[in-house]
Order: sequence, then C-alpha cells, then structure tokens
Amino acid sequence: MTTADELITLTAELLAAHDPAATDPLEFLRARFDAGLAWVHFPPGLGGLGAPRALQAVVDAELAAAGAPDNDPRRIGIGLGMAAPTILRYGTEEQKRRFLRPLWTGEEVWCQLFSEPGAGSDLAALATRAVRDGDGPDAGWTVDGQKVWTSSAHLARWAILLARTDPDVPKHQGISYFVCDMTDPGVDVRPLRQLTGEAEFNEVFLTGVRIPDAHRLGAVGEGWQIAQTTLNNERVAIGGQRTPREGGLIGILAETWRRHPELRTHELHQRLLQGWTDAEVLRLTGERLRQQLAVGQPGPEGAAAKLAFARLAQELTGLEVELLAEQGLGYGDWTMSRPELVDFTGRDAGYRYLRAKGNSIEGGSSEILRNIIAERVLGLPAEARSDKDVPWKESAR
Amino acid sequence: MTELDLLYSEVEEDLRSAVRAVLADRCPPQAVLARCEGPEPQDTGLWRTLAQELGVVALQVPEALGGAGASLRETAVVLEELGRACAPVPFLGSAVLATTVLLAAGDRAAGEWPALCAGGRTAALAVPLSTAPDAPFPLGVRADAAGALTGAVGSVADVPVAGLLIVPADGPAGPGLYAVDAADVTVTARGSLDLTRPLADVRLDGAPGRLLVGPDQAEAVLWEALLTGAGLLASEQLGLAEWCLATTVAYLRERRQFGRVVGSFQALKHRLADLWLDIAGARAAARAAADALSTGSADAAVLVAVAASHCGAVAVRAAEEAVQLHGGIGMTWEHPVHLYLKRAKADQLALGTPGRHRASLATLAELPAPGHGRLPRLPHV
Ligand SMILES: Cc1cc2nc3c(=O)[nH]c(=O)nc-3n(C[C@H](O)[C@H](O)[C@H](O)COP(=O)(O)OP(=O)(O)OC[C@H]3O[C@@H](n4cnc5c(N)ncnc54)[C@H](O)[C@@H]3O)c2cc1C
Repeated sequence: MTTADELITLTAELLAAHDPAATDPLEFLRARFDAGLAWVHFPPGLGGLGAPRALQAVVDAELAAAGAPDNDPRRIGIGLGMAAPTILRYGTEEQKRRFLRPLWTGEEVWCQLFSEPGAGSDLAALATRAVRDGDGPDAGWTVDGQKVWTSSAHLARWAILLARTDPDVPKHQGISYFVCDMTDPGVDVRPLRQLTGEAEFNEVFLTGVRIPDAHRLGAVGEGWQIAQTTLNNERVAIGGQRTPREGGLIGILAETWRRHPELRTHELHQRLLQGWTDAEVLRLTGERLRQQLAVGQPGPEGAAAKLAFARLAQELTGLEVELLAEQGLGYGDWTMSRPELVDFTGRDAGYRYLRAKGNSIEGGSSEILRNIIAERVLGLPAEARSDKDVPWKESAR
Repeated sequence: MTELDLLYSEVEEDLRSAVRAVLADRCPPQAVLARCEGPEPQDTGLWRTLAQELGVVALQVPEALGGAGASLRETAVVLEELGRACAPVPFLGSAVLATTVLLAAGDRAAGEWPALCAGGRTAALAVPLSTAPDAPFPLGVRADAAGALTGAVGSVADVPVAGLLIVPADGPAGPGLYAVDAADVTVTARGSLDLTRPLADVRLDGAPGRLLVGPDQAEAVLWEALLTGAGLLASEQLGLAEWCLATTVAYLRERRQFGRVVGSFQALKHRLADLWLDIAGARAAARAAADALSTGSADAAVLVAVAASHCGAVAVRAAEEAVQLHGGIGMTWEHPVHLYLKRAKADQLALGTPGRHRASLATLAELPAPGHGRLPRLPHV
C-alpha cells in the first residue's frame, strides 16, 4: 500500500534525477515508467507500484506542475486503454515485460484487429482463421482473413487480434487471442476513407501471416472471455475520461457562445443550457464512478458512460454547427489524410460533428450497450439467439 | 472547487435502512393510497414515529437544540427514502424549508425547537410551492409596526398539519420573515395534483407575527431556504424515479404477451436502459447538490440548478414510463403508480421548474441569453 505522500516523494525524486527541461522527453518517459509512476496501480517492474488507482491523479498533478513531458501527444487510445489492461491480466511475464514499456512511452503504437466485414456487433461470428503449425518451441499459427475499420493500423507496430482456432465448436468457444506483428509479411493495410474525408481506419488483409505461439494471449479457445476485458476497458476509455467543468466539447461550445453575441437565438439558448446541464451531469456521473472504483465498488457504469458520452457528443456538436451559422456551412479540408490522432478539440466544428457520429458505433454501438444495460443491470431477458449452441461452421452467416 | 464526495457513507446507509424499514412497515403504497382519500391525507402518526424513534425530523438541527446534529447529506438520504415510498409526511415543508429559516433565525427561534424536534408540531414556509430560489421576495403579505400581518399566500405545501407558519412579509423597515401561529390564520385546503403533499391557501387578517429574520437578512435567508429545498428535492426525485424503474422492471419480467415476457422486447429494454442511465446521472447530480449544500460550497447554486433541472425531468419521465409500461393497470386508481406520477409532476413544478433552473444557469455559468450583447438590427420593411 503506497500513500499519496510517498508518491509525492517518489515523483520529486524522479524530477530531481531527470530535470524535465534538460532531458529528452522519451528518456523522461522511460525513467518515469521505470520509477513505477506511469500507472501507479500496475505491479512494480511494469510501470507501477501496486498503489490504489485513484492516486495516479496525485502523480499526474505533480508532474504537470513541473512541466514534465506527458505521453499524451503520442497517446493512441488502443494501446493504453485496451491492449495494456488485457496484457496485464492475461499475458505471460515475458509478454508483459516485452510489450508494456514501449506501449506506455508511445514508442510502439497498437491497433485492434477485431471487427470483420461479417462480424461487427456480433463479434463472436468472426471468420479469420488461425491454424496451428508444428509443435515444440517453434510452434506457431498461420492466420488468414480480413479485418476492417482498424483504427491506426497504418501507424501500428502491434495488434491485438482475434481469430478462430476451432470451427467445430459453437462460435464463442472456438476463438483465440493473439498479438500480431504488423510488420510481418502477409499483413496488408489499406486505407479506408471515412465520412470526415480522412482515413483514420483501415482494411487489413491477413494472408498466411505467421504468429509464434509465444504471442498467443491466454489459453487456446479462451479468446472470447479475454476480449470481454478488452471491450470493457474500451468503453471506460471512450466514455470515462476525467474532465473539469466545461471541459471538452461543451467548453468549446460555451466559449463560442460567449464570444459571439450576434449568433445567439432564444431557441439555441435553451438547447445550450440543456446541453450544459447534460454535460455537467455526465461529468458528475463519471466522477461518482471513479469514487466508487476507488473504494472498490465497481459498477456497471462503464457501458453507461460510453453510451451517455456518445449521446452528448452528438447533441453538442450538432448544436455547435447550427450556432456557427454561416461559418458552420464551411469545412476545413476534404483532402484525404492519415491522422495520427482523433483530435476533437483542435479541429473545426464540421469535423467534430461528423466524427462524433462514430461515437455511437465504435467500441460497441449504442444499441448493443443498451442491450448490455438492460440484461446485465436490469436483469431483463437476453435477446433471442439461434446460433448459440450450434458449431460455428454450421451456423447461418 | 473542493472535491465533492458523491458516495454514501456507512452512517448514511444505516440511516437509509432504518428509514426504509419503518416506511415499509408504516406506509406501503396501498396504505398511502387509502389515506389520500380520507380526511387526514398526511400521516401525523408516522411523523411522530420518524421524530421519536429515528430522530429524522430534526436531522440538521444541532444536538444542543434537541436535533440530531447531522448534515444535509443525511437529510437528502431520508428524502430519497420518502420519495421512494411517496410518503405523506410534511418533511419538505417542515424539516427542510421551515427548518432552514429557523436555524438562520438563531435565538429568536429558540422556543420552537422542543415541540418541532419531538414531532408534536410541524412548521411550513408560507410561499407558493412553485417559488424558485431566485424569485423576487414575495410581497403579498404586509406587516405593520406591531407585527400584525395581513395578506394572502396561495398553494402552500404541508400547511394543513402545520402548527407554525413562517411568513415572508413586507414590513415597515423592509422585508422580514415572521413566525405566525397557524391558529391565528385562515387555512383553506386546495385540491392538489399531488395527493400526498396537500396544498392550502393562507389568509392573514392582522395575525400576530413575531419577527424571526429582519430586513438585512430576510432575502438571503429565504433564498437559502429555497435553494436548500430545491437541492434536496432532487434526492426525493431520485428515490421516486428509482421506485418507478424498479417496479416497472419487476412487472415487465413477469408480464407475458405474444408468448414471451414483455421485458424481452428490445424496444422496451432500450427505453428502460436509457431511463436507468438518466437515473445514474440523477444520483450523481443529487449527491453533488447535497454535498455542496452541506459544506456551504460557493458552487452550491450551480450544482443545485443542475440537480434540480435534471432530476425533476428524470422523475417525471420515470413515472410516465411506469404508467405506460404497466399498460391498462397503470391507468387504474388501484395501482399506486399514479401516486408517483402526481408526486413527480408536482415536484417538477416545486421550487422552480427544470427550465427555470436552467435559466438561472445562464447567469451562474455566464451563458447569457440573446439580447445581452449586440444583436443585428432587423431591416425596416
Ligand atoms: C470510427 C470507428 C473506429 C473503429 N475502430 C475499430 C478498430 O480499431 N478495431 C476494430 O476491430 N473495430 C473498429 N471499429 C468497428 C466497430 O467496433 C464496429 O463498427 C461496431 O462494433 C459495429 O459493427 P458493424 O459496423 O459491423 O455494424 P453492425 O453490427 O452490422 O450493425 C448495424 C446496425 O445494427 C445495429 N445492431 C446490430 N446488432 C443489433 C442488435 N442485436 N440489437 C439492436 N441493434 C443491433 C447496430 O447498432 C447498428 O446500428 C471502428 C468503428 C468506427 C465507426
């Protein structure tokens, strides 16, 4: 058990040994990881100290005040938000040591090879095959299939990958979870342009890709259970960010409102006030969730936070375009680009409006999240399914 | 901004269980329904039990005055349970609105506490229940130099059982808050949308009043009482909404149509999931308001406006969904859900509507309405 005071001391020691002003940012991040101050709730040796999760805020505040570099600019959510917690929970010691440090410092970007043209919401229907080749220390898997909507695949060094290893059992049972090297032969990444004009996600074709067995995460056939960890973390990562009052989208909107009296109308004023209260309620809900987690009463609010976030983001971005009137009619640039980050705040209102449409689809659509809340929280009956007990290869697809 | 504590403490959870147990025993929905049609819609016997066995009618009154010396956070938890039971007791009027004024009055109210804390007497704040915290000071009652009060106030909550009225009045030196014995005024019961929180009109014809709070403080104290009331009402709305959701889910898990449980239809599952989500927000907002009020945070006004506007709307939606999803039975007098619908709708109007609270945010959060800056002039036709 590490206390806030101890963490403040350790942070001060880190700063003393590596003056942020004089140290290369990457070197600083590596030193921070090695000091256990990256994610304090992770185990010692893996970037943490086994401290309560809530104390990360203390470290972050000290470092920010000292002008220390953050891994934020390189922060691609999939590595930090999804791959890391999954590797921590299911990875071997060797996998944890190999992957977590460069993941955290941003040296290695991760992507998620889950969705397929035929399997999105019904992820367990996936068809990408992994076939075992050989035994012994050289044993591995040969993977063939097609993935889609893969964010950041063009930047990624590694991917978390779901593939079917046994087509003869019902669909949820025959899936395994791998780490795929995106630089391997047979991995073909093709940009997929989206409605914002840019290509943030990709199609990924996997043709005879060889994955060593040492890069399998968890047991063969256990992939679906492991994927639940990834997906739950994805929802918290998307919807659960901590923001100050008027942080994020509502802040941009409120500032525009204040600076432009000539744009105000009564109808927009009503909607602005409604949006402002909704944003504040969502902020408080997230705060309450964090306080609950800190005292060890995890609630089902992860799916809820993501659902509420998507609803609010769409409401606010739509309102902003309307408020801007003449300017709202414009759009920055339709030229196809390959962005490194989803930048909600640094871009114009049209981009925000369009990109927010993805919030209710990516990481579990709003419809799927409502099913989850209704079934797991309220205890209402599950959706009817015809393929649950049928071997995957015999199910209708 | 200080850190808000949005969770429930162990003490608060214990208090909740105690109150819930008494309410389950003393006012199950069917009993509340039966009482509403009788001559005594409010349950003074239950009130005395709440006072004497649980000490919750004077929760935030200091122990030295005979109260429990607790904070507004605990008062809010009691309100959650009273909302969940739709309990017909004058808690909002007496334990919240009137008590806040009496506490601010200091020594001048000293004589009132024994009877109030023991539950033998209740008090009411003589303003229309719909009054919002930022409303102008009411001037419908005048006080003369001798403290005699004349005038009228409509739609006051929790008056019929009250022995003590706190009356805002315009006196010779300016606005004041006066204590008046209910026996000295004319109380005329009104039909009330909320069967469990009766309203009455109050007429004063030279009723003897005792000044509790003088002109220098009266407006601020009244504002504080109404703000506290509006902020804590959010907790009542939360409890009410939770009852509606839980009751509806339970019903939909039993009720069958088209050969399946009605709650297995996705259209209904999604509606209930959305409602659950709004209630999760209501819980966070209501806790935030209660915590900010109890610590006297400078941010309390903003958090009360947020909680009041969100929770008011959520409670109404929860009750309306409950009526709809119970089908025909939801439309009957016999099923208690209408009590909750009536309470929810009246609560939405009480102490400022959601829209009114959002409007006050325009000032608090500096989001001015059109016209508070330069507007383009329309061309003349
Ligand atoms: C911007 C963006 C980035 C993404 N990044 C990644 C990524 O990096 N890696 C990755 O693997 N995937 C990624 N995805 C894919 C995403 O996870 C899927 O798009 C999503 O799960 C939905 O699947 P689908 O597109 O096949 O839609 P479908 O499953 O075909 O759904 C179509 C519609 O039907 C609804 N629907 C489906 N099933 C039900 C049901 N049971 N009840 C009610 N309604 C239902 C859906 O909500 C949706 O509205 C990304 C998607 C987007 C938009």
